[in-house]
Amino acid sequence: YNRTMKLRRRRQSRPSIKDFSRSARPSIRGYGMETDCMETEGRKRDQLVNNLQNLSLSDRVRMLRAMPLSVAEKSELRYLYSSTILLSTSLSFSSLYPAVHISLSFSIPLSCCLCLSLSTIVSLFFLTISVPLPQVALKRVSGRFGTGVLSYFLFVKTLLFFNIFLFLVTGLLLAVPQAVHPPTLTQGHEAFSGLELLTGGGYFSDSVIYYGYYSNSTLSKDCRPSYNMPLAYFFTIGLAFFITCIILVYSMSKSFGQSFRIDKSHGILAMKVFCSWDFKVIKKTSVKLRSENICIQLRELLEETSRKHVQKTACQRIGRVLVHVLAWFICIGSTVACVLALYYFSEYMHKDPLLKEASLLALPVVVSLINLLLPGIFNATAWMEEYDSPSVNTYIAISRNLMLKVSVLVVLCFHWLGRICWESFVGQELYRFLLMDFIFTILDTFFGEFLWRLFSQRVLKRKRKPVFDISRNVLELIYGQTLAWLGVLFTPLLPAVQIIKLLLLFYMKQTSVMMNCQSPRKPYRASQMSTIFITLLCCPSFLGAAVCVSYTMWSIRPSESCGPFRSLSTMFQSGKLWVKELETHNPNLAWLAWAHSYIVENPLFLFLAAGIFLIVIYFNTQVVDGQRKIISLLQEQIENVTSLNSLIQYLNPS
Amino acid sequence: MGTTASQLGKDLLSEYQELTFLTKQEILLAHKRYSELLSKEDRNLTSVPMEKVLSLPELKSNPFRKRICHVFSTSDMKDGSLTFEDFLDLLSAFSDSATLEIKSHYAFRIFDFDDDGTLDGGDLEKLVNCLTGKTEDTRLTPEEMRQLISNILEESDIDKDGTVNLSEFQHVISRSPDFVRDG
Repeated sequence: YNRTMKLRRRRQSRPSIKDFSRSARPSIRGYGMETDCMETEGRKRDQLVNNLQNLSLSDRVRMLRAMPLSVAEKSELRYLYSSTILLSTSLSFSSLYPAVHISLSFSIPLSCCLCLSLSTIVSLFFLTISVPLPQVALKRVSGRFGTGVLSYFLFVKTLLFFNIFLFLVTGLLLAVPQAVHPPTLTQGHEAFSGLELLTGGGYFSDSVIYYGYYSNSTLSKDCRPSYNMPLAYFFTIGLAFFITCIILVYSMSKSFGQSFRIDKSHGILAMKVFCSWDFKVIKKTSVKLRSENICIQLRELLEETSRKHVQKTACQRIGRVLVHVLAWFICIGSTVACVLALYYFSEYMHKDPLLKEASLLALPVVVSLINLLLPGIFNATAWMEEYDSPSVNTYIAISRNLMLKVSVLVVLCFHWLGRICWESFVGQELYRFLLMDFIFTILDTFFGEFLWRLFSQRVLKRKRKPVFDISRNVLELIYGQTLAWLGVLFTPLLPAVQIIKLLLLFYMKQTSVMMNCQSPRKPYRASQMSTIFITLLCCPSFLGAAVCVSYTMWSIRPSESCGPFRSLSTMFQSGKLWVKELETHNPNLAWLAWAHSYIVENPLFLFLAAGIFLIVIYFNTQVVDGQRKIISLLQEQIENVTSLNSLIQYLNPS
Repeated sequence: MGTTASQLGKDLLSEYQELTFLTKQEILLAHKRYSELLSKEDRNLTSVPMEKVLSLPELKSNPFRKRICHVFSTSDMKDGSLTFEDFLDLLSAFSDSATLEIKSHYAFRIFDFDDDGTLDGGDLEKLVNCLTGKTEDTRLTPEEMRQLISNILEESDIDKDGTVNLSEFQHVISRSPDFVRDG
């Protein structure tokens, strides 16, 4: 016997399972898994049955499920505790079962309405999403490629949820009322030709799709209730963004909480050995590939740990710094060059305000080309730089791509203002960009994956298929979603386009991945990458779109001739006017106007809120630091105790 | 699903639903797959021999398949044969809704090749060999293996007794969030 067995025995005699409270996870540490302590079996079982009886039904079920015993033993335990309950079992378990299940899955305090609505939204999400995207397809993908590639498809699902939500809100609250009360048209309707689907103009330009169609007055027909269109528009967009923000922040914090660990740097090798086997992988060739990958990673990690002690000379360090500077110079230089070229090209294209339909597509094509080619240059410079750790490599690649996309969008913004009905035009441009992006993704999948695989297998005679580049594909998704969020204000039905695009993309990518690709060589910390994806979705993407939309609503003057805000100085004014109207009609609501002017329009309130937020963050970081210190102290204590024990045994061998 | 549901009684079905992490459809599907394994043999057999279980496509290529059968088997002869309840145990432990503690508990038992309750150097060596595969060029050299095992023990053996026990294993696992997804 070794010391550990003896210590475990001693631990078993302590009263087991003290933490039966609803909040604590049931701990199984009191249960050893040895079968050789037979005489304590009976005692243990009685203790267990006693403890189980004191719990509520849902806790009991949860506790029993989480025990690492075989089904036969568990059913015996269940029989023992249920036979001692006086409540008649004529209420068979099958009728209690639905109640148990609901209390397990919705274990939230009912007093918190916000949490309840949030969880209903999340559960609705799971209900709606399981319908169009089948689980079988995802299982096949994860069986062959593991959880890394699976995380890409799950991200597509997440985006689909956001877009369905946006579409329902804007469709029901804006498009449907306006479609039911069509305004009188000043000019004749253009005829429908197929080009509209690509350019978004022509027949579609005077339809419910764009901002310009919406009327600026209260809609009412003879007997139906009136519907204040500008107010509805303003509040719908505001509400949609607000709820999306809350859901994003909630899922980001949940994902972050799952993947954050206090002492991360310690124990990488052990973690890799114990956790790297992906039991979802089934196919024999994938298993072999995985084994090879694990071998390579283990060798690399071993090399790293032995290499840590080697110091670089000053010369080598200066050389590395120069290489990095050169790489950044190349990246920034190419970005600036492309952006300037784009600026002059769009100046040239937009000199003539009445353009032919097809030539409107030139600008989106150029932008998509830039988005396709420049990341290739970034990859080449990263290859030249030879970063030590793959995660640093990924972060640098992501930040360079972000820099490119943000600068392209900023340049385009300059050209969108200053037209007669600029909101509709911006909406059309964003529609064109989104569509072009999708077309280029299709072409890229076809050429980059399918044809490249044929080429590398037939001509270059390589045995390996091309690798599925997860981060590049995810960044493309995030870019498309940013465009959709930017465009919702100007094109309320843009989320519908995005939904169709995502559905087609899902099936296309899935087919392409199964046919043409292999999983990436580098280990994929799937949960960490999911956290990064959703953080990127929230922080530069959604935040940027929300800031742009808020700025547009707050400060920019809406155009005089079209749209629901025709006569106002800013879009935000519609809200202010409504509050004033309420005040005059109903003096009891004067407090609302007061609250509005002192809270919403006063910057001091925002500063206070931000200050409190920062204090809370600082407090939490201090708590985490303290916990780290406690962990290291405890580890020292454990070591001391075992060495003390061994010393005692050595001095007193009996 | 009419015929299979009648083979598995409603009481039994609800009992299994309560005791495992599987849903009703999953239990019925498991029953169907299990019956297929039994179909060629005598119907009166209550447990399926290990070779049949290993012929399942999900287990066929898994390097830990023999250990999995041994761990989940409750037969007295220790031959790795599985009854239907053992089969449900197996599926429940690997399902997506199983808790981290269940998964880590069974993972520990799977990795414990000599069944002594701790992971010593020999267990770790066999574990790494299973992970890296059978072919010569993917196996680690003895020198690398020695270094790897000493690194693992240095990182995870908190009480410094030369072996990794269940608590230390669970401590390492709890720091890796990918374990719950992949297992």
